[in-house]
Amino acid sequence: MKLTRRNAMVMGAGAFVALGLPLRASASLADDAIATFTGGAEMADSGITLTAPEIAENGNTVPVEVSAPGAAEILVLATGNPTPAVATFKFGALAASQTASTRIRLAGTQDVVAIAKMPDGTFAKASSTVKVTIGGCGG
Amino acid sequence: MISRRDFLQTSMAASAILGASSYGNWGRLAAQQSLTQDQLLQFDTFGNVSLIHVTDIHAQLKPLYFREPSINIGVGDNRGKVPHVTGADFRKLYEVEDGSPSHYALSSGDFSALAAGYGRVGGLDRVATVINQIRSDRPDALLLDGGDTWHGSYTCYHTEGQDMVNVMNALKPDAMTFHWEFTLGSDRVNEIVEGLPFAALGQNIFDAEWDEPAELFPPYKFFERGGVKIAVIGQAFPYMPIANPGWMFPEYAFGIRDENMQSMVDEVRAAGAELVVCLSHNGFDVDKKMAGIVTGIDVILSGHTHDALPEPVLVGETIIVASGSNGKFVSRVDLDVRDGRMMGFRHKLIPIFSDVITPDADVAAVIDEQRAPYEEELSEVIGQTASLLYRRGNFNGTWDDVICDALISEREADIALSPGVRWGPSLLPGQDITREDIWNVTSMTYGAAYRSEMTGEFLHVIMEDVADNLFNPDPYYQQGGDMVRTGGLGYRIDVTKPQGERITEMTLLKTGEMIDPAKTYQVAGWASVNEGTEGPQIWDVVENHIRQQGTVTVDPNNSVQVVGA
Repeated sequence: MKLTRRNAMVMGAGAFVALGLPLRASASLADDAIATFTGGAEMADSGITLTAPEIAENGNTVPVEVSAPGAAEILVLATGNPTPAVATFKFGALAASQTASTRIRLAGTQDVVAIAKMPDGTFAKASSTVKVTIGGCGG
Repeated sequence: MISRRDFLQTSMAASAILGASSYGNWGRLAAQQSLTQDQLLQFDTFGNVSLIHVTDIHAQLKPLYFREPSINIGVGDNRGKVPHVTGADFRKLYEVEDGSPSHYALSSGDFSALAAGYGRVGGLDRVATVINQIRSDRPDALLLDGGDTWHGSYTCYHTEGQDMVNVMNALKPDAMTFHWEFTLGSDRVNEIVEGLPFAALGQNIFDAEWDEPAELFPPYKFFERGGVKIAVIGQAFPYMPIANPGWMFPEYAFGIRDENMQSMVDEVRAAGAELVVCLSHNGFDVDKKMAGIVTGIDVILSGHTHDALPEPVLVGETIIVASGSNGKFVSRVDLDVRDGRMMGFRHKLIPIFSDVITPDADVAAVIDEQRAPYEEELSEVIGQTASLLYRRGNFNGTWDDVICDALISEREADIALSPGVRWGPSLLPGQDITREDIWNVTSMTYGAAYRSEMTGEFLHVIMEDVADNLFNPDPYYQQGGDMVRTGGLGYRIDVTKPQGERITEMTLLKTGEMIDPAKTYQVAGWASVNEGTEGPQIWDVVENHIRQQGTVTVDPNNSVQVVGA
């Protein structure tokens, strides 16, 4: 019997087997998106929280949450996806909180980045590595 | 090791088991004559709260042999730190005499000879005696089970965990958390948990659809013991759907969720908790990292990675206690909690020497009752072993060498792969191999032994992926198993390299040729996490192989070259 990659694996191949390495192929695309959003401004590393799993249970639907009190906009990027742009959340002046959550698809292990634009024109950035793995072997 | 000076305010116990250094060199016969139950259980009750921790029992009801690993490599900040210290280095670190009971119980080296002298370890009827003794000192001691309880034996498989539930209920735990339990399937887990007479905890067990806390598994429970308000927070194994088949429990999501852990700690502290205990199945290095991020946990009772440490490890003001596996140890932690905080502790990792500790008659009867319907199948002798059979260690163990040999010969494969799980007792040279022994190292609900074609390139991807689960320098990206065990395949691994560069010189052993990325190989393995995997059950494959061999002999395995340890 010849099994396909999908159902053969000892350790269980997911849909991600080709991606043994962290993806950086589209990093320049992500850099471009960041530059467009910030205009090249410096980004603080506090003031924004990005919550994402360390290892994705399912790379096709990875829950992420961003929160940046007082922010006007939050940009979310999957830096290793062929198209890094995930979402830009815009918060009106009457928004009760500047928090958003969604689920994103990740092509493989990569950094998810969130950047908040504050009303005063400053920026804050948070980044989290999400690993997409074949799995198996849990002790 | 803990710096004793630094910790809190009051007394710290000399917690190395038995004050091992005063025992001198134990001869073969000295063991059972001189070691007594009173010595093993001696403990000057301390403070006002006692915790009893058992974890990773893997359905081992009866006494057994269990060899601790000789290779357990730490990477990143954990390089050379406990629990990544083994054998003679471990004995030196903890001042354990060669040949002593502690040597045999806690470290590798000279295992077969020491096992002949000191005998078996574990057995839940002996564990019951220890628990009862602690409860006679402190009637309201909390008994906490770290999970991996309803998995790992012939009877557990055939009763879908009911044997373990019945025996554990007789021990009367106060709370439990989870890992392999979920491989019974969510329907069965839900059914058991709904009827449990104690708390089933997991702050990181979520509803997969809504990403909200799962109702059946509360994050914590409050206990009032010794006048102290105690919160026990559960932490289930974070990577259940990744390391095990997620399709068996699709309603649940997990993850470390340390931000939610912090919220829970803050919540219980605000509600008046004077002592916060985390009952964890994270694995030791993950617990260490979490203890440095989450503030306000006093004690982490750590499970999953099967480490047995004679002293707690201190991170900030959190103590982390590791209590071994397979019923081999019970940890007792006495705490002095006053004025709303932990002022000091006394700890002892109690090794369950089966020939020294008297079985509790009531629990022994419950165990016999579970096993009686299966006694004939369990006890059938399939063959003998001339070699020590063990599993633990980062790379190949002799039990997995036998399993890989079985896969190659029974499934006519070039290469065999066996999962790097850490459960499974050992057998001594000269012992019979019974059906029960085979199931003890293979039993699971997804044990189909597949046979498949894989390219050399794909094999390399698998090896790199598994290696990163073990040797990623950030513990939060580790899943806590060992390296996949290989048969017919040699390789070199540099544990210091990043993913994609660790595994080189992959060699097909039967020809001595390098693995060709473009070429296709016949690969047999078991424990696929994918739904619909086909093949005979692994225990049947191994039983057939051992029956044909008669006596199993395992040659030294030098097929893995490790660099950077």
